[in-house]
Amino acid sequence: MNTAIKLLTALVEWIDARFPLLKWWNEHLAKYYAPKNFNFWYFFGSLALVVLVIQIVTGIWLTMNYKPSAEYAFASVEYIMRDVEWGWWMRYMHSTGSSAFFIVIYLHMFRALLYGSFKKPRELLWITGMFIYLTLMAEAFFGYLLPWGQMSYWGAQVIISLFGAIPVIGEHLALWIRGDYVISDVTLNRFFALHVVAFPLVLLGLVFVHIIALHEVGSNNPDGVDIKKFKDTDGVPLDGIPFHPYYTVKDIVGVTVFLILFSLVVFYAPELGGYFLEHANFIPADPLKTPEHIAPVWYFTPFYAILRAVPSQFGGVVAMGLATILFFFLPWLDRSPVKSIRYRGWKYKTALTAFVISFLALGWLGLQAATPLYTWLARLFSVVYFAFFFLMPFYTSTDNDKPVPDRVRYP
Amino acid sequence: MMVRIFTVCVFVMLAQSSFAASGDLPGYHIDVDTSDTSSLQRGARIFVNYCMGCHSAAYMRYNRLGKDLGITDEVLKSNFMFGTDKIGDTMDIAMKPSDAANFFAGIAPPDLSVIARSRGADWLYAYFMTFYSDPARPFGVNNLQFKDVAMPHVLWELQGTQKPVYKTVTHKGGTEVEVIDGLEQTTPGKLPEGYDEYKRVVYDLVNFLVYLSEPAKFQRQKIGIWVILYLLGFLVLAYLLKKEYWKDIH
Repeated sequence: MNTAIKLLTALVEWIDARFPLLKWWNEHLAKYYAPKNFNFWYFFGSLALVVLVIQIVTGIWLTMNYKPSAEYAFASVEYIMRDVEWGWWMRYMHSTGSSAFFIVIYLHMFRALLYGSFKKPRELLWITGMFIYLTLMAEAFFGYLLPWGQMSYWGAQVIISLFGAIPVIGEHLALWIRGDYVISDVTLNRFFALHVVAFPLVLLGLVFVHIIALHEVGSNNPDGVDIKKFKDTDGVPLDGIPFHPYYTVKDIVGVTVFLILFSLVVFYAPELGGYFLEHANFIPADPLKTPEHIAPVWYFTPFYAILRAVPSQFGGVVAMGLATILFFFLPWLDRSPVKSIRYRGWKYKTALTAFVISFLALGWLGLQAATPLYTWLARLFSVVYFAFFFLMPFYTSTDNDKPVPDRVRYP
Repeated sequence: MMVRIFTVCVFVMLAQSSFAASGDLPGYHIDVDTSDTSSLQRGARIFVNYCMGCHSAAYMRYNRLGKDLGITDEVLKSNFMFGTDKIGDTMDIAMKPSDAANFFAGIAPPDLSVIARSRGADWLYAYFMTFYSDPARPFGVNNLQFKDVAMPHVLWELQGTQKPVYKTVTHKGGTEVEVIDGLEQTTPGKLPEGYDEYKRVVYDLVNFLVYLSEPAKFQRQKIGIWVILYLLGFLVLAYLLKKEYWKDIH
C-alpha cells in the first residue's frame, strides 16, 4: 500500500514538472471556493455538462451506422432501431438527450434570472452562456433534419425559407444554405457535417470559455452577495467551500436523480406523447407532400409562436431574432443594485413571473395550429415577453428593493 | 415558491392531451398488448396474407419476427414467407413502387414498418372498422377515418360490407346537410361469429402493427426497470456520501 502511494506521488510529481496538473486541479476543483448556500437551481450547470457528454458519446455511436443520404437516411435510422445491437438505446438516449439539454439549459438560464447571475461582474460569463444557447439551437436544428422524416424535412424547409424573407439578399442566402432549390440530399449532407463536426467543436470551445470565465469571477449564489468580501487569514472566503469534494458529491446526487428521470423517458416513454419524437417524423420525407400541420420541436416553439404572431413575415423574423438576442443585453437592462430575487421588490418579481408565464404560453401556442384566437393570444404574450426586456430599466431602477445582508444565509 | 410555480406550469403543459395522430375518429379506442404473443402471431398471419400483397415492411426481418414471436424457421418459411426470400431478409415485396402507383390512382402503397408510430393504434383500429360502400370511389369503398382512401377494403371477405346511415344536420344559417351518422352491415362476412370476430381480427392486426413499428419495445421495457432500480440504489449511497461530507458545513 505504502509503496503504491509513493509510486503514485512520484508519478504526479513527474507529470507536474511537465504539465500544470496540480495547479489545474486546485484552481478548478480542490481550491475553487464556491458559496456554501447553493440550492436546487444550482444543479443545472453540471447537469448540462452531463447531457453534453451523453450527446457526444451516443452521437458517435449513432454516426457509426447512420447514412447521411436522402435515399438511406430514414432506413438507416430504422436499421439502428432494429438491427444494430443496443442501437435503439443509443438513438433514444440521443433524442431524449436533445430535449433534456434544452430543459436543463432553460432552467440554468432561469436560475440566472432568479439570482441576477448575469449582473456585474459576470457579464461575459452570461454572454458566453448565451452563445452556447444559440449554438445549441443551431446544433439541434441541423440534427433534426437527419432522421429525414416529414417533420425533419418540412421543419427545415420552413426555417430556411425564413431567411428568404430578408430583403435583397434573402433568396440568395436561403439558396446558399440549402445548396439547392429545395431541401435535398445536398442539404442533408452539409447539415450532417455541421451537426457532427462543426457545431460540436464550437460548443465544446464555448463551454470551455464559459467555465474559465466562471472560475475567474466565481459563482454567484441564491443571496446574490459577494463571498470574496469576507475572507479568513489564508485568503479563503468565509462562506466558500472547496468545489471538490463538497459540490462533486452533491452533484453526483443531482446527476443520479436526473438519470432516473432521464431513464424513465428513454425506457418507458421515448416519444413522450409526441413532444420528444413527433409522430409525423415516422413518415419518410416526401418533397411532394406538405403535412397539414408543421410544428417545430417544443424547445423552439416560443420563438415560433412569436414569428407567427407578427403579420408580416419579415417582421416576424425580426421579432423572433430579437426575442433571442435581447437576452444578451440583460446585464445592462437591469438597473437594480440588488442581484437576488430574495431582496428584490415586487416589480421585478411580477415582471419575472409574467415573463415565465408568457414564455410557457408561447411555447404551448407554438405547438398548436394557428386559429384567430390563438394568434391574438400569441400577440398578447409576445408583448409581455418583449415588455419584460424593454421596460426593465424602468421597473428595476424604481423597485422597492430590500437591504442585502453581508453574508450568505445558510442553511 | 418559484419551484412550485414552475412545476405546476410544466404539469399543466404535459396534462394537455398529447397531439397524437391528428383527427382520430371518436368511439374507436384500442388498448393494444404487445406482450400477447399469440395475438401477435395471428396478426402477423393476417399481415402477410392480406397486407403484404401490396405493402412492404422493409425495415423488418423475418427472423426477427420469428425470434420475438416464438415462430420457428420452418413455420416462418412455410406459412409466412413466399417466393425465394431467405430467413434473414427484410419483409420486402415484389411489386415495384412505380407499378404500384399505377394500380392505385397514382399513390404507391406506403411501407408499413413504422405506420403505427405515425398513425397511432386508435387511428388504425378506426380505419379497419369503417370501410363502407361508396359507388363513387374507384374500388367501390370509402372510409370514415381516411376519407377518399385509395385502398380497396382487402378485409371485406372477413367483415362483409357496410353502408352508411345518414342524418340531417341543420347549420347555423339554416342550411340542411346530410352527414354520415354511422355504418350498417349490409352483407355478412365469412367469419362464423360475424362482427365480434372481425373486431378480434382487427385487434390482432393492429396489435401486430404496433409491435412491428418498434420491436425493441419488449427489450427496453424489460431492461428499464433494472436500470432504474440500480440508479435508485446508487442514489441512496450518493445521498449518504453527500450527507457525510456536508455534516461539517455550518
